[in-house]
Amino acid sequence: MKLRGNVFKYGDNINTDEIIPARYLNTSDPKILGKYCMEDIDRDFTKKVRHGDIIVAGRNFGCGSSREHAPIAIKAAGVSCVIAKSYARIFYRNSINTGLPILECSEAADEAEMADKFEVDLDRGIIKNLTKCKTYKSQPFPKFVQGIIRAGGLMKWVKAGERE
Amino acid sequence: MGMTITEKILAAHSGAKNVCPGDIINCRVDILLGNDITAPISIELFEKAGAKRVFNKEKIVFVPDHFAPNKDIQSAEQCKRLREFSRKHKIINYFEVGRMGIEHALLPEMGIVLPGDLIIGADSHTCTYGALGAFSTGIGSTDLAAAMINGKIWFKVPSTIKINLYGKLNRWVSGKDLILYIIGKIGVDGANYRSMEFCGEVIKNLNMDNRLTICNMAIEAGAKNGIIEPDKETLNYIKKKARRKYKMYKSDSDAKYEEILEFNCSRLEPQVSLPHSPENAQPVSEVGNIKIDQVVIGSCTNGRITDLIEAAKILKGKKVNPNVRLLVFPATQAVYKEALKKGLIDIFIDAEGVVSTPTCGPCLGGHMGVLAEGERAVATTNRNFVGRMGHTKSEIYLASPAVAAASAIMGRIASPEEVVGK
Repeated sequence: MKLRGNVFKYGDNINTDEIIPARYLNTSDPKILGKYCMEDIDRDFTKKVRHGDIIVAGRNFGCGSSREHAPIAIKAAGVSCVIAKSYARIFYRNSINTGLPILECSEAADEAEMADKFEVDLDRGIIKNLTKCKTYKSQPFPKFVQGIIRAGGLMKWVKAGERE
Repeated sequence: MGMTITEKILAAHSGAKNVCPGDIINCRVDILLGNDITAPISIELFEKAGAKRVFNKEKIVFVPDHFAPNKDIQSAEQCKRLREFSRKHKIINYFEVGRMGIEHALLPEMGIVLPGDLIIGADSHTCTYGALGAFSTGIGSTDLAAAMINGKIWFKVPSTIKINLYGKLNRWVSGKDLILYIIGKIGVDGANYRSMEFCGEVIKNLNMDNRLTICNMAIEAGAKNGIIEPDKETLNYIKKKARRKYKMYKSDSDAKYEEILEFNCSRLEPQVSLPHSPENAQPVSEVGNIKIDQVVIGSCTNGRITDLIEAAKILKGKKVNPNVRLLVFPATQAVYKEALKKGLIDIFIDAEGVVSTPTCGPCLGGHMGVLAEGERAVATTNRNFVGRMGHTKSEIYLASPAVAAASAIMGRIASPEEVVGK
């Protein structure tokens, strides 16, 4: 699966309250959650983000609450993939379970700037910064996890009969 | 080779004799937990998967506590979803308003979680129950949905950081101060993916409420679980509560640890974590003159009876500063009743604080104490992220119930000693 989009760059320890503030958790409707994604760290995010864009961040992305609303909001906002130096463990698991592609790559995260153009080959873990003409390698997901992502999340994958 | 308590509990629930850090295992779950924010997603996934029944109606616990009592129409719908599903599937451990409390105070109090259990909950502070010698960890709604169907969950066995706390604690230093101090030392991802095992003479001498506070905030260092070996205090706590078998595990003397940290706690002062991260811990004497608008005493971290007793010791016979609003949230109905019996509620009301029904409310900026732009709060809660309690330009200072109470009186961040002496 190949993804292309512009980079939205953030720092370390981006927490789930910033990704989707609790004041919006009186719903789990992805359309509504997507509208408020990243609101407390970047008020203009949802105005600027285009379908396919990519969030790039530092260490411990998604720390804090276990709310699955966080990866749901990121996906619903149109983001195709998150690349970070590392992830908080509940967010990591929730991302796979909801079908949000995430990759770990410190170099790509360090060198990326806001609005750089990225191309990501999820199957091979290849990240290209087209603006800076640089290529990075990250660990791709194993085949079955790629299957979960493609199916749109764990439950859909299980229902589809774990074909991949 | 020896195993840690965490490895032993994981092994026992996976059917393996031994497990090592890095092993991926499929585990049987003893207790599953969801609340009014996370469980509605799980219920939807459960139904969409075509599941007809839950794997065990006694092992699933639903607590509407976050935006309950219902804060608005949408929250009411989410609570209704939980209630209707619980009725349909005859979930025994559904706790309605009036019978509920903040989940992580309620479950230990009711004897629902016990030593040796493997517990998962769609709430990050599920790690609280490690204080009873259980393996307990936060998960998302999808993992909860899957486990509601088959009673299982897979884990990568975590490596363990052993944290040995020794020395004698100063008066007014509590479990909250210890965990804020530790997070200050190792950082908010200092234990990411790993297990934190708390031990040493300081832990031995702490009561269960303080131990629950420590394990509650293991997630604030990124840990998969926090755990304390069960001992006499554990037995004493559960003896009248347990209605089923439990098992007390201990780490082997030759268990392997990724890291061993030792902290001398004898000279430790009460701690305050500055905005906007729990890792910004400082001794209260070094915080400086920080004026405040609100004090929140409560939450799954510090809403138990020990916490209210500590706060009341400071507030007794005094008045809250005219510029400050004091909000007290007993974490459960039972804590509320005990506080009434002990005269603590009188003390809070006479001090001109308000006392609320149990709810997570203000901790996550939901309701019952949301902050306006530029306002500052001292809170006994667990997170002080940007916007956590309200406006993105409000600030939260995390502290113990004693520091929170002293600050409410002084109108600025203050040490308990400033109010009641050493």
